[in-house]
Amino acid sequence: MKFTDEFREPEVIARTAEEIRRLADPSRHYRLMEVCGGHTHAIYRFGLKDLLPENIELVHGPGCPVCVLPMGRIDDGLSIAADTGVIFAAFGDMMRVPGTHGSPLEHKARGADVRIVYSPADALKLARANPDRHVMFFAIGFETTAPSTALTLMRAKAEGIRNFSVFCNHVTIIPAIRAILDSPDMRIDAFIGPGHVSTVIGCRPYEWIARNEGKPIVVSGFEPVDVLQSIVMILQQMKQGEAKVENQYKRVVPWEGNKAALRAMAEVFELRPYFEWRGMGFISQSALRLRESYATFDAERRFNVPGIRVTDPKAAQCGEVLKGVLKPAQCKLFGKECTPEQPVGALMVSSEGSCAAYFNYEHRKSMVFTNIGVAV
Amino acid sequence: MCLAIPGQIVSVVDGLSHSAMVEVVGVRRRVDISLVEPEGIAPGDWVLIHVGFAMSKIREEEAFDQLRMLTVLGEAEAASLEASGYFEEESP
Amino acid sequence: MPGKVRFRDTQIEMAHGAGGKASRRLVEGLFAPLLFESPSEPLNDAALLSMNGTQIAITADSFVVNPLRFPGGSIGELAVNGTVNDLAVSGAQAEALVVTYILEAGLPSDVLESEVRAMAKAATTAGVAIVGGDTKVVEHGKADRMYITTAGIGRTIPGVKLSARSARPGDKVLLSGPIGDHGITILLARGDLELEATLCSDTRSVLPLVKALIQAAGAGIRWMRDPTRGGVATSLNELARDCGLSVLVNEERVPIRDTVRGACELLGLDPLHIANEGQFLAVVAAEHAEAGLAALHATPGGEKAVIIGEIREQPAGTVIGATGYGGTRVIDMLVGDPLPRIC
Repeated sequence: MKFTDEFREPEVIARTAEEIRRLADPSRHYRLMEVCGGHTHAIYRFGLKDLLPENIELVHGPGCPVCVLPMGRIDDGLSIAADTGVIFAAFGDMMRVPGTHGSPLEHKARGADVRIVYSPADALKLARANPDRHVMFFAIGFETTAPSTALTLMRAKAEGIRNFSVFCNHVTIIPAIRAILDSPDMRIDAFIGPGHVSTVIGCRPYEWIARNEGKPIVVSGFEPVDVLQSIVMILQQMKQGEAKVENQYKRVVPWEGNKAALRAMAEVFELRPYFEWRGMGFISQSALRLRESYATFDAERRFNVPGIRVTDPKAAQCGEVLKGVLKPAQCKLFGKECTPEQPVGALMVSSEGSCAAYFNYEHRKSMVFTNIGVAV
Repeated sequence: MCLAIPGQIVSVVDGLSHSAMVEVVGVRRRVDISLVEPEGIAPGDWVLIHVGFAMSKIREEEAFDQLRMLTVLGEAEAASLEASGYFEEESP
Repeated sequence: MPGKVRFRDTQIEMAHGAGGKASRRLVEGLFAPLLFESPSEPLNDAALLSMNGTQIAITADSFVVNPLRFPGGSIGELAVNGTVNDLAVSGAQAEALVVTYILEAGLPSDVLESEVRAMAKAATTAGVAIVGGDTKVVEHGKADRMYITTAGIGRTIPGVKLSARSARPGDKVLLSGPIGDHGITILLARGDLELEATLCSDTRSVLPLVKALIQAAGAGIRWMRDPTRGGVATSLNELARDCGLSVLVNEERVPIRDTVRGACELLGLDPLHIANEGQFLAVVAAEHAEAGLAALHATPGGEKAVIIGEIREQPAGTVIGATGYGGTRVIDMLVGDPLPRIC
């Protein structure tokens, strides 16, 4: 696979890992946060932690749009699905996330019409194909995904489609990073920046992190070589006492972002004054909603949603894990009441939630390090 | 967030659809190219695909530069190891 | 060894049929304690019985695939090959099958006839006789066009004694060929994801390959399984759990077609979790492994067989994936069916 395999070459990975070991100061302990859930997933899937020296600690950030969605929002979306005239369409990622009365798949088992779509455009296609039903697309995602929802809505409007709406849960990354830095229990040295969000917003929005907070941030790709190279660049900055924004993912991320994407988002969305993030409370200007000009496509305006705030069980420590204050295994429910089979919080369901990643890929691995001399 | 995969444009669909057929190692899908059209899109180009939309054109030169730099890294290291070897040979 | 599993789910979900953790909970927590005489024994693909001194293997399987026809086969072929394979990986040669059809009223007769013809053909190819069956018709809407159940019976093949508990550290794990073809073919054939690819199901009888392996390495074969729903990951996890040891998989060794890989990358799926209908896994003692592999290579259909890993002592009950560059991860079973993701 072009543009993928080259960045998984064992020799290149080995050399980059070697460079990390050479640069890391043995007298320092480094805490690097990867903001994006996609990076969390990549780190575990490729076993990258095994390649890092002991004194580099990777802290998982809140960049998982499924994980930060409060249960009440899922309940609201599913309450619309209870109407038999409605087709509830969402990405596969949402299907097992628990609402108060079950996940979307559990609702489907009870008779709701729940469909998995790969693209918001496919949800619109469903609307065209089912004129006597209403298709509601449960939209999630950071700025990477929001432009696609926006373009789909623009198309729906242009075509005069009447049986389509979006339940919008798009969130923005900068306020999440700000919340991390403002949190008193945090001590992060540098950030591995979200590569795909940056294809839309570019690298400028991170400049305050370097300038005002003095933390290096390297916008990174998702292959093993990308993540490791970003760590090299961070270590180089820290060695020189520098703090700047760098773009490791140059082959895909333009410094200025994607103007067409930003224009589409501006046309369709506006910022909500505030939005609740699971485990992090209300954050102002951190989420999107449909503009007045798209009101007929706004599921929250077309349907009556209960809008009830659902608090997480007291024992669940989703918020602290999201912010990187706690490691997944430190949550009291981890592996006991909360497992992938019976998840309490979304971090255990989402493929990039740190709890799921840790449980699926890491947990129970403790004895393996000394045995890997693979010669099969 | 965000699973996005490199794919190659096979053909551009004409008309107002703003879409193209893209191929990822033999798997084809129609993707929306509105976000990359301003840069100009032609068959053979590589794009990054996320939820059925092309997000960005992949810059081959940047990819090659990056890989070359990583190779140089290795060569530089190998060169310095060799140099230190010469040093030892010269000492009495 | 597996701890006591409890089934506390309040309703049946699709996940319970997917072959993963939810399925295991249902079978081990509800069915086994109530139905089986020795519920704590490892559950295998077929049951071995002794009748008048002859070792017999018996198994049953049901097929509810949608769509009925897909590139490379149809529900009819799956029904025959699936049961023949369950017997084969239990070390038995299928002698006879019985077939039950549950048909939805309104099903066109020519669709039914196509499937029956496909079954007859698959049975002839596999060398098994279909000797009887039953038919029921349900109201329109109560069955997805057609459900088929097959039960198969066969004699055990001499020269092999299978038990997960006989696995030892150092034993090799063999895989007969590329993974993921069937599951991805079905996913694409459903059409919801709008992907096109030239790919077909790998449905076939693995009996000839199993026989070749037994002939070359029978004394060293510890365990075999056909990785259907839940994929290679599920089968190897069952092995790890049943033998109390660890399975190490060299991920870069696992054969996978480019198209399958492309579809998996695009949808965020792990090929190790995708269903196969024409492959099998075998654990073979190290001293017999090369001979076994050579025998597979020499048998038509076995050219792509590979040693993908080995049994280790630790971490017990766990399957570990080793990347080609020193990284490792745990390869676990999924809860239910693999779902495409965008994050």
